Amino acid sequence: MSGALLEMRDVTKVYPNGVMANYKVRFSLREGEIHAIVGENGAGKSTLMKMMFGMEEPSEGEILLRGEKVKLASPQDAIDRGIGMVHQHFMLVPSFTVAENMVLGMEPKKGLGIHFAEAVRMTEEMSRKYNLAVDPKAKVENLTVGMKQKVEILKALLRGAKILILDEPTAVLTPQETEELFRELRLLKDQGHTIVFISHKLKEVKAICDRITIMRAGRSEDAFRTADVTEQEISRLMVGRDVVLKYDKEKREAGETILAVRGFSLAGSAGSRLLSDVGFTVRAGEIVGIAGVEGNGQTPLVEALTGSLAGTAVGGSVTVKGADILRADIRAIRKHGVSYIPEDRMRQGAAGEASIADNLISTQYASGKLGGGMFMNGGKIERLAASLIEAFDVRCSGPKQPIGMLSGGNMQKVVVARECSTEPDLLIAEQPTRGVDIGAAQFIHRKLIELRDRGCAILLVSADLNEILELSDKLLVLYEGRVTAYFEEPSAVGEEELGLYMLGINRQDPEQIGRAVHR
Amino acid sequence: MKAKYFEPFRTLAVILIALVIAFVIISLVSDRPLETILIFLWEPLATKGHIGNLIEMAIPLMFTGLSVSLLFRANLFNLGAEGIFYFSGVVAAAIAIHASLNGFLHPIAAIAAGSVVGALLSAIPGILKAKWNANELVTSLMFNNILFGVGLYILNYQLRDAKAFSSASYKFEPTALLSRIWPGTRVHAGLIIVLVMIVAAHVFLYKTKWGYELRMTGANRAFAGYSGIRTARVIILTHLIAGFIAGMGGSVEVLGMYTRFNWVSLPGYGLDGALVAMLAKNNPLSVIGAALFLSYIRNGADLMARLSDVPSEMISIVQAIIILLLSAEQFLKFWKNRMLLKEARKHG
Amino acid sequence: MDSLWSVIWSTDFAFSILRVTTPILFAALGALISNRAGIINIGLEGIMLVAALTGVVTSAYTHSAWVGLLCAVLSGVMIAGILAFFTLQFKTHIILGGIAINMFASGGTVFFLYLLSGDKGASSSLQSKVLPNVDIPLLKDVPVLGPILSGHNVLTYASIAAVFAVYYMMKRTPLGLRIRSVGENPHAAQSVGVSVVRTQYTALLLSGLLAGLGGAYMSMGYLSLFTRDMTAGRGWIAIAAESMGRSTTVGTTLTSFLFGAANALANALTVLKIPSELIATFPYAATVIGLLVYAIGESRKRKKAAVKPNEG
Repeated sequence: MSGALLEMRDVTKVYPNGVMANYKVRFSLREGEIHAIVGENGAGKSTLMKMMFGMEEPSEGEILLRGEKVKLASPQDAIDRGIGMVHQHFMLVPSFTVAENMVLGMEPKKGLGIHFAEAVRMTEEMSRKYNLAVDPKAKVENLTVGMKQKVEILKALLRGAKILILDEPTAVLTPQETEELFRELRLLKDQGHTIVFISHKLKEVKAICDRITIMRAGRSEDAFRTADVTEQEISRLMVGRDVVLKYDKEKREAGETILAVRGFSLAGSAGSRLLSDVGFTVRAGEIVGIAGVEGNGQTPLVEALTGSLAGTAVGGSVTVKGADILRADIRAIRKHGVSYIPEDRMRQGAAGEASIADNLISTQYASGKLGGGMFMNGGKIERLAASLIEAFDVRCSGPKQPIGMLSGGNMQKVVVARECSTEPDLLIAEQPTRGVDIGAAQFIHRKLIELRDRGCAILLVSADLNEILELSDKLLVLYEGRVTAYFEEPSAVGEEELGLYMLGINRQDPEQIGRAVHR
Repeated sequence: MKAKYFEPFRTLAVILIALVIAFVIISLVSDRPLETILIFLWEPLATKGHIGNLIEMAIPLMFTGLSVSLLFRANLFNLGAEGIFYFSGVVAAAIAIHASLNGFLHPIAAIAAGSVVGALLSAIPGILKAKWNANELVTSLMFNNILFGVGLYILNYQLRDAKAFSSASYKFEPTALLSRIWPGTRVHAGLIIVLVMIVAAHVFLYKTKWGYELRMTGANRAFAGYSGIRTARVIILTHLIAGFIAGMGGSVEVLGMYTRFNWVSLPGYGLDGALVAMLAKNNPLSVIGAALFLSYIRNGADLMARLSDVPSEMISIVQAIIILLLSAEQFLKFWKNRMLLKEARKHG
Repeated sequence: MDSLWSVIWSTDFAFSILRVTTPILFAALGALISNRAGIINIGLEGIMLVAALTGVVTSAYTHSAWVGLLCAVLSGVMIAGILAFFTLQFKTHIILGGIAINMFASGGTVFFLYLLSGDKGASSSLQSKVLPNVDIPLLKDVPVLGPILSGHNVLTYASIAAVFAVYYMMKRTPLGLRIRSVGENPHAAQSVGVSVVRTQYTALLLSGLLAGLGGAYMSMGYLSLFTRDMTAGRGWIAIAAESMGRSTTVGTTLTSFLFGAANALANALTVLKIPSELIATFPYAATVIGLLVYAIGESRKRKKAAVKPNEG
């Protein structure tokens, strides 16, 4: 074929659980280009990329490298053929040093043992060659996200990667770090490397990629030259309709204060400060957003609000409707009318092997509504589950289906349905649409707005700037455990401006920040 | 064939493979292989007495299988049923010997005491797990040995009848014995008790709030905790119930099958319970069938050892193979994958 | 009480600690390697038992203790290989797989013992060989230390050597690095072409090798014959020692000796007319207490990081 470096022909992948992730997908990569693969979550991007890197084998179809049919049975096969990958969740061993991570699997030897000095030298050499500065002797667990990503790129290059697959590389980066990454990628391209860039951020795709392949529902569309298509066209091809990013949110007066965090400071295990003097309130009928680069105190804050405080509270108070909840466990906190959509639906949000119905009732099985005394009423449970499945448009075969069989979006709808179904006074929503396709995300957003309109106070913690700017009535920025900005009109704030606060470059004066606390 | 029939088919395939391996072993070891295989397969069902034996042995297997099923269901790898079964047997024996009650209350008191002691003992690894996350597998296995040592001490120093030939206790009071319910066999009232327990466990697990808490804690403890379920309490409660059932099993076995207590080693029903639970997929009602099956091949092996030249320990090899294959997710998976691909294509 | 002290403060007692610790130490090192690779091998007990029988049988047939040792170790590796095959290839649950191995071993060894010797209890009718004890020149004449450290079975010294070998392997070699990476972040290992399955295979086989050595010691050093269920829970104690030793070589070695000492104490106390049934429970009780102390320590550490306001 026409000089494609890597080509995938009619590749189909069916997973053991019966999910068909890819169906007759075609993909063609030219030497020296930056090629984007875009698509909603669940469109089959990651499966395609896993097959490219030998992590999964196609059920049917073939992969050609330089016109030659290849079988990639393991990542090692891919690495041997010059294919490297930078994973979204970094593939690093936290307790190892940078150099140890670099040489893992290809350790230089001295006698029987590892030649550690050589490993350090190799790391330094690569670091200089590609202008990616890292400290070879630093422990990976102490590195910043951006640093870890550099280590990942170097790791792939050290293994001789000519084709570099990057899976949503900017998802965890600040706008500024993203710019830096793009400069590095262009440098790599100039040095003759070919890059596959997987993303769903269309702006970035437009900014850096030469060509683009769009995936939708496990199938691929033909590749386009990026210059030939507009963002609107791409998104229409991705979701099959124009994406509506605006929600008609009616202005309403906030009611009484539900959640009040006042002067809250939290010390970590090694005496480090996790949170410093954080103060804000969430009132009935408003959505308060918390923006920030991950790792700037969002997690400890949400933990403190949901009964799993990690660290020592050294000052301040956290109250729900006037009641101190810092000492309470989640059960008691939920009794105050609090609901919580957790960040990780696989870990906390759902029990995969249990049925959808069982997952829907976990926060109200004991309330008496589903049967009095010791017993539960199967009929009532079924009716509740059926009505929630319908109201939240969960695509499934019925309430008895194990939730683990659902796609990420539908699973998240179940989580949201459960947390909304108890008519909470306060909802804490942590990354409510992470890893969810646009359709489901919009659905969830509308449900959150509906809940707000019914008078629920919502605390929204999200790394998705679009989401947080669009949904929030009030917006706070957390940086290094401090509130660095408070906006009363989030929709008027630009992403660039927000980025400056998120990176700690700008900081509002205390008086403005102090307005976040009402009454 | 549809993919959803895969699991039952697989269980059947595993059992068949295990039986074939048993035949192969017999053929290699025995001088009269065909005859021996026939004994192994047919003898357990050949006479009323043998069927009675099969049911007798299934009773303790149902008790421990039910106990372990509940623990496994809560995702707790506790194998303490073994030691509790033994120790509760000692407790029940002590009451059968020393208490004097009428024929109705005596076994009830003995079984109740054994069950309660079992529940309390079982709670210890449960509390250690719930409070400090101490590995319940290791602690429960250590407890098996500790309970055995202490139980044996009680047998030898407190209950032992000097006039008996070996390590055996004084005779139980006749009032304490469980009555036979099938004339001509030794099948005793314990069968009724265990069936009631199984039905109760089924109702508990699927119809009550506590059962729901147990299932959710087992399916994903982080999820259960996040939902507001007090998982530590659930873990302790599950241990209590499982220990209660295992203890009841030990007590019933002693009072139903013996007139003296004479176990000088662990009877092994605890680990067998794990096998029963696996065969039953941790489903209370399925425990009945699983226990009967295990009892069937056990009795086959015993009869075979008695009537031919193959030692009965062969069965532990067969059991090991059943466990290995039954819990092997990938075993025959390729077949399921092919079915799935076909079904996917039909819709695609 | 005096007699108790005289028992404990004797070189004989110190000697017996080393003697009793040997099989626990071997198995605990085996548990360590597989655990660090992220795969808990609870079949150690069964592996030791199979190796113990194999050693006795093969040494009896070949009239060589060394051939017996080799076969014992190989049988340990083989059983571990079967466990690895099922858990890694067929995805059998590792704990259930371990239970199966133990079930197979406790019945299967009796089955084969009966077929080979006609006895279901012990291998006394087989003329099996014993591995030699070694007197260390010079050291054996040093007072106190000599009687304690010299004159042990060759495998006891091998177990000490194994500690150093395992330490070096885990810390300084590519295999050790890979085992640790597979245990800590298997995806990371896989992404750089380190085969998780192959590494876990290697780790399980190594744990089988070490447990095999422990089993051989039981029937060809500690005792001179095979008896039914002779490992008597040492595989489990080893697992407890490993977890109490926090999966480090040094910690695991120390806790192995601790449990060995408890075991030796139980043996020594038999002299003092304490019922043997109760004494037999000491090592297990010590294990529970040890695990508990460790677990409480761990959860204290967790809680310390989460002290509620006004209290801290």
